[in-house]
Parts: sequence; structure tokens; C-alpha cells
Amino acid sequence: MSRREMQTLNPFELERPPLAGSDQMVIRLSRRIDLSNAGAGWEKLKTLPLTPKEKTLVLEASDVQFCDTAGMGLLLALEQYGQRHGMQVQTRGLSAELETSYQRFDREALAEAVRSKHPSAGLCEQLGRTVCDITDDIHSQTSFIGQFLCGAIQFVERHKKIRWKDIFNLSELIGVNAVGITLLLGALFGLIMAFSSAMPLRQFGVEVYVSDLVAIALVRVLGPFITAVILAGRTGSSFAAEIGTMKINNELDALEVMGLNPVRFLVVPRVCVTILAAPLLTILFNLAGLAGSAVVITSMGFSISTYWSHVQSILSATDVWVGLFKSLVFGALVAWIGCLRGLQTKSGAGAVGISTTRAVVSGIVLIVLAEGVFSVLFYFLDI
Amino acid sequence: MRPEQNTPVISVENVSAGFPGQALLENISFTVSAGEIFVILGPSGCGKSTLLKTLIGLLPPLAGKIFINGNDIVSAKPQQRENILSSAGVTFQNNALFGSMTILENVMLPLEELTELPESACRQTAAMKLQLVGLTGFEHYLPAQLSGGMQKRAALARAMVLEPKILFLDEPSAGLDPTTSAQLDKLIHSLAGSNNIAFVIVTHELESVFALAERVIMLDKNARGIIAAGKPEQLQNDTANPAVWRFFNRKTETDPIPTTPSPAAGYKTQEQL
Repeated sequence: MSRREMQTLNPFELERPPLAGSDQMVIRLSRRIDLSNAGAGWEKLKTLPLTPKEKTLVLEASDVQFCDTAGMGLLLALEQYGQRHGMQVQTRGLSAELETSYQRFDREALAEAVRSKHPSAGLCEQLGRTVCDITDDIHSQTSFIGQFLCGAIQFVERHKKIRWKDIFNLSELIGVNAVGITLLLGALFGLIMAFSSAMPLRQFGVEVYVSDLVAIALVRVLGPFITAVILAGRTGSSFAAEIGTMKINNELDALEVMGLNPVRFLVVPRVCVTILAAPLLTILFNLAGLAGSAVVITSMGFSISTYWSHVQSILSATDVWVGLFKSLVFGALVAWIGCLRGLQTKSGAGAVGISTTRAVVSGIVLIVLAEGVFSVLFYFLDI
Repeated sequence: MRPEQNTPVISVENVSAGFPGQALLENISFTVSAGEIFVILGPSGCGKSTLLKTLIGLLPPLAGKIFINGNDIVSAKPQQRENILSSAGVTFQNNALFGSMTILENVMLPLEELTELPESACRQTAAMKLQLVGLTGFEHYLPAQLSGGMQKRAALARAMVLEPKILFLDEPSAGLDPTTSAQLDKLIHSLAGSNNIAFVIVTHELESVFALAERVIMLDKNARGIIAAGKPEQLQNDTANPAVWRFFNRKTETDPIPTTPSPAAGYKTQEQL
């Protein structure tokens, strides 16, 4: 390998063996020390003597023609190597221009910057922060209920100022555009439930009661529940993303300085429209589910009239109203938490994504909690 | 100076701005008169936008009083504060136009929500404001379909639509090319002159400062307050305060400062304001 090639590859060479009796360790730096060969230099640093006997480290830089920041970093590392072993470090032959660049770096500040790490919280601190976050979240949710009620009162008081165009746009986004997915999922759920329940019921020869089981489960529990989950995924997340983006773009500040309450202007219409859309979507989900289960029942050899008579006999008006009431509450919760998460968006590119995720997770948690409360309540009320 | 300019429309008294436990600015005091173009400037991170947010009521001041048209917005109840601030318009650095609305709808919004004007009158007034800022023909465009300069002008039209006596502009020429920036400066100048609107402009664009400002205050992060006030031409020649001189002359810390004090030096300390 030619000297030139070697110099290109190796950023420095240790001149060995040292002269007899010499107390100098000489490191000859190559012509070019840059990003391409600095890595090899850092590896080579590890091969330097662990306990050098020499008192002086000479960095022979008379050949150096080019040295970028990575190269300077390597020079500093060599300098630190010498200092660590109590050697006096001399840099020889560095051009005036490179010398100026080299001396520009504050050694102590650099060493401190390299040593210091991003402070990480201990377990206790993390636990404390989590508790504080949860407390803050409960506090903000509670105060948002108040803000929402105030906004709702203002909304009613200023009914002449209701922006019907926005309401219709929202209705389309939340309701009409969700019809397809609701019908599809409803039909599939009906099919799945009918097939899943048909197998155990067949063992007892009562598969005709599949229709009863599916009808009561869909209308009372699963219809409102799954529709609310669809709303949490579609609508809650979209509210959080939209309002979060508006917050980042200072649009909420603009509303405030115009004297417009963002809760009245943005949150109340969204919650109202979702409250109206949720029961309608639930009805569609239930109908699609019943249709799906009807397909399974008829494929088992039962007539559609048998199926329908079973559905009619098992379902009461109370069941239908219970399901619709639940869907109304679920719709309100999903929209409300979606808007809250949007308003809580912090700054930065990732903040909207975080808000969206939080909106969906919080929405589903609230739906499950509310479903639990309803189950207990209706059990004791015997509804 | 126009005759109406003697009446202060904004009076800031010993205001500290920032966040609880983290005051970015302390003891800020100044007044702005009707029809005056007043510029708040300073290097990035010195608290200009925080001060602006405090002035428009988005951040509560940590201490001090802010009077808008003689009414204290700090001690006012929220409803009163809304009423006081309704005499002011604001444009934000990123324009804050509502992305789902057309430009005309954006400008119409304050009229529809805060006045009893019928829709046709709101439409007419908004269209006139858009004409005033040179956006005729773009009424039905969405903000995203307009250039940066046009968005700035649309935001200005929206801020002016309720005929405010004070306009707060946050970095109005940020991100604009020199020609568009100069056009916007010209527009602001003409509006201040013809409508007697007091402009409070936050910026660090020197060209705009010299083109517009009748009076400036300069903030500094280390001093946590005002380090200079006066006319921009005076501050440009002020060699007594290196930070001010460097800022106005686009110099770095390594550049030498002229030793001969300029006769035009007009530096005032916080106490002299």
C-alpha cells in the first residue's frame, strides 16, 4: 500500500519504535482527516498504549491539508488521551488556519457536553408525575364539563347565530359518511354472532333461538357499544386532530381574541351533532346486524317469518329505548372527550398525533365505564 | 405626528410577562398613542410574542397593569375584558386563518358573530375589507390556496373588519420576500394614516422597522426588559449600547463598535422611558 493510500485510510500513525531514551510519543497525522476516516481513527485510539511511559505527546500535523469537524474531534480525542496519561501535548506544524479552527473549541464545555446526559427521572419521580398527570386530567375533565355547559347555554342563548352550514357539514362528516362502515360492521357482527351462537345452541337442538340471542344482544348492548367504538375511532379522533391542529395554528387564540368562545364555537356544535348521529347510526347498525343474522338463520333452514316472529317476541320497546339512550350518552362522551383532547394539544409536530391517540383511548375507556354503570343501573332498576 | 396621536390608547405599567415562576420580562412600561406605529423588537427568544400575548389578554401578566383605551384589562372580569379587547384586532405570525373557511368567510366571521348586521351586509363589508388589502377576486379561495403574502393580507383584513382602534401584528413580514414585505409595509402605513389605527407590531425584520416604526422598544433576554427605546434611526447610531448597535447594524459580537459616539444617539434607559 502506498504512503498516499495509507494516509487516506489512516488518519494518524503512531511513530514506532520511539527513539531510544526519548520521552516523546509522536503521532503523525495524515494529509486529510475527515468524516470518511475519523471513524477508523477513533478505533485506532483504542490501540494506543494503555500506560505510556513518555512524558510528551507530539501531534505531528505538518502533513495535514484538510481537517473537518470530525477530524478536529479526533485531534481533541488524541489531546485528551495525552492529558489523561499526564503527558504534555504539543501540536506541531498545523497550518495557521487550522490552528485557529482548532483553538476555537472550548475544551471544558465540550467535555461537559459530552459527559452530560438528558436528565432522566427516577422511579419515584415518574410515579409522582403519573399521579400528577392523572389528577390534572381529572381536574381538566371536570372543569371542561363546566366550560361545556356554559358554552351550551351561550349556544342556546345565541340561537340566531347558529352556523347551520357548519352543522350540516358536521352532520355529513359524522353521520352520513359513517353509514357505510356502520352497515358493513353491523352486518358482519350479526353474521359472526349468529354463527358463534348457533354452534353451542345446536347441541341442544334450539338453534332457532339464535335469533332471540342476537336480537337482544345487539339492540341492548352491542349495537350502541360497537357504534360508539366506531364513532370513537372515526369522529373522536377527527375532532381531536382538527381542534389540535387549529390550536397549533393559533386559530383558537384568534377566536379568543375575537371574543368568540372556542367551546361554544367548536365543541358544542360537534357534541350536539354527534349526540344526534349516534342513535341513528345505532339503529342502522342494529338493522344491518339483524339482517346479517337472518342470513345465517335462513341458511340453517328456518324461514324468514320464523326468524322475524322470534325477534318480535323477544324484543320489547324498552330494549330499543335502552339501547338508543345508551348510544346517545356514548355519542356525547366520545365527542366531548375528542374535543377536550384537541383543546389539550400541546405544541410540536407530534402533539396532534398524541391528542388523536388519547382521544380514541379515552373515548373507548369512557364507553366501557359508562356501559358498566348502565348495566348495574338497569339491573337494579329492573329495566 | 398626527394631532390625534396624543391620546394613549395603550398604557402598559410595570408589567411582568411570562409563565408562573418563569418571568421572561419584568417592569415593562410604555404607552402607544392613537394612529402611531409602535414596534416591539428584539432578538429571538427575548419574549416579544409573550409580551404581545399578554397585551391581547391571552396570557395573564405576572404583575403590573395594562390599560386599553383607559380600561384596565388585568383587573377586568372576562366579559368586560372581551368588551375592552373588542376594540383591538390581532394577526398572528402564522396568520391563524380558519382553514376550512374561504377568505371571505374568514373575514365575515367576526361580523356575523359579534354584530347584528344581516348576512348580505357582512358579505359586503368583508368584500370591501378584502379590496382594501388588495385581495379582490380571491374571496372564495381557501387560505391554503393563497401565497404567504396574500394570507398575511387576508389576516389583516379579518383583524380590521370590526374597525378596531388598535391592531396588534405578530411578525407581519416573517417569511415574505422583500417585495411582498415592502407591499405589506406600505399597506400598514396607509391604514395607520387613513384610519387612525394604532399599530403594535412585533418583529425583528429591520427593513420593516425602518419602513414603519415611529417609535420602537427593544427587548433583551438577559436584561429581561426594555434595553432601548426611541426612533429606529436614533438607535441605529447608538454606539453606547453595544447590543442595540449590533442589532440595528446587523453586526456580530466580534465586529468592532465605532468609537466616536454619534450625535444622533438616542438611547434611553428603562428609567428614562
